[in-house]
Amino acid sequence: MDHRKPTRRGGEEGTSASHDAPGSQNRRNFLKGGLVFAGAAAGTSLQAHAEKLAIPESNKQMGREMELKAYGTPSKYEAHVTRNRSDVLVNKQKWSDWSMTPIQNQVGIITPNGLFYERHHAGVPDIDPAKHMLVVHGMVKQPMKFTMDDILRLPAVSRFHFMECSGNGLTDWKAPKSKTVQQSHGLLSCAQWTGVPMSWLLERAGIADGAKWLLFEGADGSAHARSIPIEKAMTDTLVVYGMNGEMLRPENGYPLRAFIPGWEGNVSVKWLRRIKVSDKPWHLRSETARYTDPMPNGKWRQFSMVMECKSVITKPSGGMKLKYGPGPYEIEGFAWSGNGSIKHVDVTTDGGKTWQEAKLEEPVLDRCLTRFRFLWNWDGGPAKIASRAVDTTGYVQPTVADIEKVRALTGFVQHHNAIFPWSIDPSGEVANAIA
Amino acid sequence: MRLLDMKRTTTGAIAATLLAAFASSSAFAVTQADFKIGAAVSEDDLSLWNIDVTTPDGRGLPPGKGSVSEGEKIFAEQCVTCHGEKAAGGSMYGSMVGGVGSFLTDKRKLTPGSMYPYAPILFDYIRRAMPMTAPESLTNDEAYALSAYILNLNDLVPADGVLDAKAITAIKMPNRDGFMVDDRPDTKAVRCMENCPPIKD
Repeated sequence: MDHRKPTRRGGEEGTSASHDAPGSQNRRNFLKGGLVFAGAAAGTSLQAHAEKLAIPESNKQMGREMELKAYGTPSKYEAHVTRNRSDVLVNKQKWSDWSMTPIQNQVGIITPNGLFYERHHAGVPDIDPAKHMLVVHGMVKQPMKFTMDDILRLPAVSRFHFMECSGNGLTDWKAPKSKTVQQSHGLLSCAQWTGVPMSWLLERAGIADGAKWLLFEGADGSAHARSIPIEKAMTDTLVVYGMNGEMLRPENGYPLRAFIPGWEGNVSVKWLRRIKVSDKPWHLRSETARYTDPMPNGKWRQFSMVMECKSVITKPSGGMKLKYGPGPYEIEGFAWSGNGSIKHVDVTTDGGKTWQEAKLEEPVLDRCLTRFRFLWNWDGGPAKIASRAVDTTGYVQPTVADIEKVRALTGFVQHHNAIFPWSIDPSGEVANAIA
Repeated sequence: MRLLDMKRTTTGAIAATLLAAFASSSAFAVTQADFKIGAAVSEDDLSLWNIDVTTPDGRGLPPGKGSVSEGEKIFAEQCVTCHGEKAAGGSMYGSMVGGVGSFLTDKRKLTPGSMYPYAPILFDYIRRAMPMTAPESLTNDEAYALSAYILNLNDLVPADGVLDAKAITAIKMPNRDGFMVDDRPDTKAVRCMENCPPIKD
């Protein structure tokens, strides 16, 4: 596909590559999988090269010398892989704004920290961990304050989970506005999170009888806050400082954030400074005027925090091209559910008339990105491809039409977990086909 | 002699085993609750942090008051650049006025007047986040005054109105009953594999 640079295809591997046509890695994988398409195995791949390959320049000199201390960065040939500020819906300022992960470039299930999507409400604060403090107060036996040293002293837990913004896909309900999957689905990332169960900190303060809700509040310029049911915080909510093997990045909440597995990203309040315990929710702007869903009767659905089961094909996806003509291609993508783990992913290549089950790649984890793979022999004709996920609750990913039956799709609507089709024309161009 | 040695050895071994068992069981008995981390703090010490308002009943609203006319002045100094004249929309953000009745149309207009179920939401948000260039810099009186001005533009406070904790909580917002709690899953998709309706339909 277009997003992979030719250098990844083994072109520098010496003579072993000389028999392979471009894209042969795909073909080798196919053969390994015991799957041979008629016509695919024949053709150009075994033709002898007429030209002798020169010794690569990199074999003939010393490389870059070792740096004494450094934080490594990706190859300069990967400079096109960037987290991009929202550019379909363009905000007039860059503080209450968001950026999207290039999920079409992601290999494996973990999003590198430098590509993890962002959503800020007043920009990224600069917080010295030596000065940061988390307080727990309100309906508690003893209000407590914790330093970062306090929290780092506790035994740690690490868990793999996806995070998705409730607004992921909000530009593409009834008309194809996004060109790429980064634009349509890039408010999605996945990491290994490290921290402590929030319940441990709440227990240090001692929850008073009758307490039912918590307020999470951030130390950013918006003092972003959300009301969270206490049972969720006691069950699986973490207070995290680590992400993919290092401390959180500033834009992801450094030095400390809440993390609620499977729920919309904004409840996992970043730069967490305060947890207040109460008997009822606060009904703040962030949970009334924002992050609510329009309903057909003119009302709004509130506290809709679970990110329901969803999937999308990332390769091939919008803006790519099936450039090897008719023949075998691997279709791959992500599936995830805030309600459990992924049970099945089905793929259609005929616009939804027939579906076949895709292969799920291990590990398949609870509330984590799961990668699916499906081998397809493109006949060169127009095609419409899409994926559909089923989670362990039995919930089946709906279509936009299914959702429109029960919600109002007016304006920029949240919680878009619909099946997302891509069209492929005879030239191999892949385009957004949401409507 | 040999017997005695053996006895000693056995006794020693048993003692060592018991010691080890005791040591390891006490090691396993340590839990996170044994880490007495953190320090006690008083609610009084937290008063500057304690800025949240439980908006349906106004709990957490501070003393103080502000009028529509005071709010108009503060708005002109600190808010108009981003929000525009009379909060009708400016360089950064859209309108904060009107929209009542639009939720049954295809173009819902979300403003504090049309959307907020409780008026103290406005006070809470202004106090915690506004102005964006200097959040938490307004006095409580100023936050009340700005709330009064914005609500006046939305015809929810009279031109000579003054808001304090009691008055702002008493305002009946048009969207008071406009919310329902999450009742998903609401879709009922089935896992059709063959002869299925195309995705668009």
